[in-house]
Amino acid sequence: MKKRAEILQGTLDMLILQAIAPGPAHGHTIAYVIERRSEDVLLVEHGSLYPALHRLEDRGWIASFWGTSENNRKARYYRLTAAGRKQLSVETSRWERVVRAVNQVLRPAEE
Amino acid sequence: MSWMRFLRRRHWDRERSQEIEGYFEIETADNIARGMTPGDAADAARRKFGNPTLIREEIYRMNTIIWLDSVAQDVRHGLRTMVANPGFSLIAILSLALGIGANTAIFQLVDAVSLRTLPIKNPDELVRIEVVGGNRGMGVIDGFGDLTRPMWEEIRRDHSPFSGVFAWSTERISVGEGKDFHVARGIVVSGEFFRVLRVEPWRGRLLAPEDEHACPGNTAAVSYAFWQSKLGGREINGDTKLLIDGRLRQIVGVTPPSFLGLTVGERFDIALPECMPKQLRTDSFEVLVMGRLKRGWTITSASAQLAGVSPGLMAATEITGYDSSIVKKYRQFKLGAYDASTGVSDLRDTYDSSLWLLLAITGLVLLIACANLANLMLARASTREREIAVRLALGAARARVLRQLLVESSLLALIGAVLGIGLAEFLSRVLVLALSNEEGGIGLATGMDWRVLIFAGAVATLTCVIFGFAPSFRASSADPVNAMKGGGRSMTAGRERFSFQRSMVVTQISVSLVLLVGAFLFVRSFHNLMTFNPGMREEGITLAFIGFEKSNVPHDRMEEFTRQLIDEVRSIPGVLNAASTTHVPLIGGSWGHQITIGKTEGGANFTWASRGYFDTMGIPLLSGRGFNEGDTAASERVAVVNQTFVRRYLSGADPIGQTLRTHPEPGYPSTVYQIVGVMADSKYQNLRDETPPFVIAPFTQFPDPRPGTALVIHSRLPAAVIEDSVKRRLGEKHPEIVASVGSFQTWIREGLLRERLMAMLSGFFGFLAALLGMIGLYGVISYLVTQRGQEIGIRVALGANRGQVVWMVMREAGLMLAIGVTVGTALSLAAGRAAESLLFGLKSSDPLTLVAAIGLLVAIGALASFVPARRASQLDPMNALRSD
Repeated sequence: MKKRAEILQGTLDMLILQAIAPGPAHGHTIAYVIERRSEDVLLVEHGSLYPALHRLEDRGWIASFWGTSENNRKARYYRLTAAGRKQLSVETSRWERVVRAVNQVLRPAEE
Repeated sequence: MSWMRFLRRRHWDRERSQEIEGYFEIETADNIARGMTPGDAADAARRKFGNPTLIREEIYRMNTIIWLDSVAQDVRHGLRTMVANPGFSLIAILSLALGIGANTAIFQLVDAVSLRTLPIKNPDELVRIEVVGGNRGMGVIDGFGDLTRPMWEEIRRDHSPFSGVFAWSTERISVGEGKDFHVARGIVVSGEFFRVLRVEPWRGRLLAPEDEHACPGNTAAVSYAFWQSKLGGREINGDTKLLIDGRLRQIVGVTPPSFLGLTVGERFDIALPECMPKQLRTDSFEVLVMGRLKRGWTITSASAQLAGVSPGLMAATEITGYDSSIVKKYRQFKLGAYDASTGVSDLRDTYDSSLWLLLAITGLVLLIACANLANLMLARASTREREIAVRLALGAARARVLRQLLVESSLLALIGAVLGIGLAEFLSRVLVLALSNEEGGIGLATGMDWRVLIFAGAVATLTCVIFGFAPSFRASSADPVNAMKGGGRSMTAGRERFSFQRSMVVTQISVSLVLLVGAFLFVRSFHNLMTFNPGMREEGITLAFIGFEKSNVPHDRMEEFTRQLIDEVRSIPGVLNAASTTHVPLIGGSWGHQITIGKTEGGANFTWASRGYFDTMGIPLLSGRGFNEGDTAASERVAVVNQTFVRRYLSGADPIGQTLRTHPEPGYPSTVYQIVGVMADSKYQNLRDETPPFVIAPFTQFPDPRPGTALVIHSRLPAAVIEDSVKRRLGEKHPEIVASVGSFQTWIREGLLRERLMAMLSGFFGFLAALLGMIGLYGVISYLVTQRGQEIGIRVALGANRGQVVWMVMREAGLMLAIGVTVGTALSLAAGRAAESLLFGLKSSDPLTLVAAIGLLVAIGALASFVPARRASQLDPMNALRSD
């Protein structure tokens, strides 16, 4: 089994927003998508996923509705709101800036 | 936002748990698809997810406001506890509601009578200008009058500490005629009145200097209440006119609803402009003068300025027609400024100390009720000891348990306070009604204001602290291990816990003794007044105050006209006797003159009465003679004096044949009277005051006849019947005269209103306090018996007889009673001084009262402890030992 990494503090929100950017998804799918896309490096703790969803909804970045899952279960779907989309781009560019900066620190010679 | 969340937190909790439920189903289905058995699949899903409750709790915490939520929990828990113990809750809430209600009601009266400032702009700037120390009985005093009109004119001319000054007086005025005729409460105001007070008109305009210049005036302003009730609230225009004291006046405007005048307890109806007579009397203290302090002046600095100008002012307004000694005294008068922000009030002078005393009494009653509740709470807390111990053992923080117990007592206090405030509204209205007399209700604004609300809130909080804090604190500090182990198994209850309850009971006993002593004192004082023999007939006397201004009787025929009236009244069937007098005793009011007898100078009260006066009033003549037909306006002036007069001025000498000389006053030239008789002492102005030296002279020789008199009528018929026939007879013969007829006793009793009120209320509260105190004693002794059930059981099993058990329990109660009574006696003696001035015919340290109160308290105390003691003695030792 690969060694799994805890999600960096503050990045879970961004990851969730990104996960539902293509279209509405329920909590299970969101966790699945994040884990798959990261090739199972990132582990989504459910203990923080649901509170995070709640927080995002509270801030108005995502909205939710009850729907039916692929295998006919009742599930709560989340979609990105306009504010959420804007937030996603803000967070993504901030993330990229940070990554670039960290990389510059780590590999100054390549510059 | 956060409030929205807070209010929807339950909704979200449901939503999230459903969602998590959904997750499990999906994950389980996935697991099954991967080939697990359904049981394993569900377990794996749960393992993967973790503790769903924790997640829910985290989300819940995000939504809620922690402390508010836990307080809400405490409140719910408290309410459940209350509902679970309906008996306790009812007693607690009712006693608190009564206690807080009574306190708030009395405070509302104190507030309305003494504390509330006038509803005008910057009432603190308003001062009243008076002669420092009063006018010492000089001249004629009319109503609230402080100063003479000449004095007012001087102040009006020069009033540097004040931005404005005004003068006013109160007057009964007659309004309308025929069937619309009624008497209204008037104020007569100088032109500056409304401007200086800064009262803005509600309608039209208010009186101004030009109204005063048009003297005699033909304008008037009315109060809002009068406008509404008598003028139907119609718009004020040029046709709004009223016949006032026989003069048609234009109503120019209405004062705002909040302005009731400057007299607390008596709303004004109509304001008339002042119209000074051409000849001003220098000895008639008939106006109140008030002013608004200029910025930078204080009452002290204004008083100093007034004192400085006083000598000049007094010289310019010198009293005339009096002795040089009086004039000299007058010249030494100093003016001073006094706070008038709360208006002027007879009520305040009469009731202020009584009301504060009543407030103290109700406060003490509440204290006793609180002590009772504290004991109840404590007893209850000890039964809940194990509940609390379990919660502490399970890890509840002590502070949390303490808070929960405090929330419980606060809930009781809060509910009690809310009910109490409602009750207070009702009680204070009843009290105001009780203070009203036949002349009409007193117009007190007793409504809620911030002071009353703060007071009620403070009382409730204090209550809660007193009865809630100590028990809660003790309960929450219980040691869980001991509490779980102990639980009624102990042989004797810890003395330490009892000491708190004991001290509460001792407090209750001592405070209820104080209140009981107070109750006895006031009830006995009132009884003394009611049964006091004033030295004259009270029963069967009817008074008729008659005004015959409109009969146009010439000055020299007035005495004859009065005699006719007496004869007409005498001829009414059932009337035994009747007489006229210039002064009716016992209903307030006095008339005095300075006199000289031989070389002695002094004062004496004077009345001029017709021949039948002594017989009618049942005042015995001890020596000499009364008046007869020979005492006429032309004959030598004669007088009958009372025993006090003889003692004071004629010690040793035979009074008959001695002469006394009155000092001159305007309308009353210096006159020499020969003493022809001595009458027994009787009370003069009221029942309370000592009998003064007192002179009665024949009505025929009254130097200043006026178109009015008072008749005293003796009859054995019921008062209502005789009043009716007197009114009818006078009305038939002289339809133009104005008469007010009533029973002498009713008039006297109205003067005793304060005493009756104090007797009733202090009596009620005193016995209530005793009752509460005894309930407390009973409760603690009962509790003690229950706690010591096993000990008693063992004693009985070992051969103690019933009597010994009763004695053992009673000794416990006796000790508390003894300490309580000792402390209470000391407190009563100390507190009694506050009541001294309100008592009649006994001292506050009256031993009989003290003994009676102690006796009563000990008797009911013994009864209250005997009941549980007897119950203890009848304990079946087997049962007692077996239980728990």
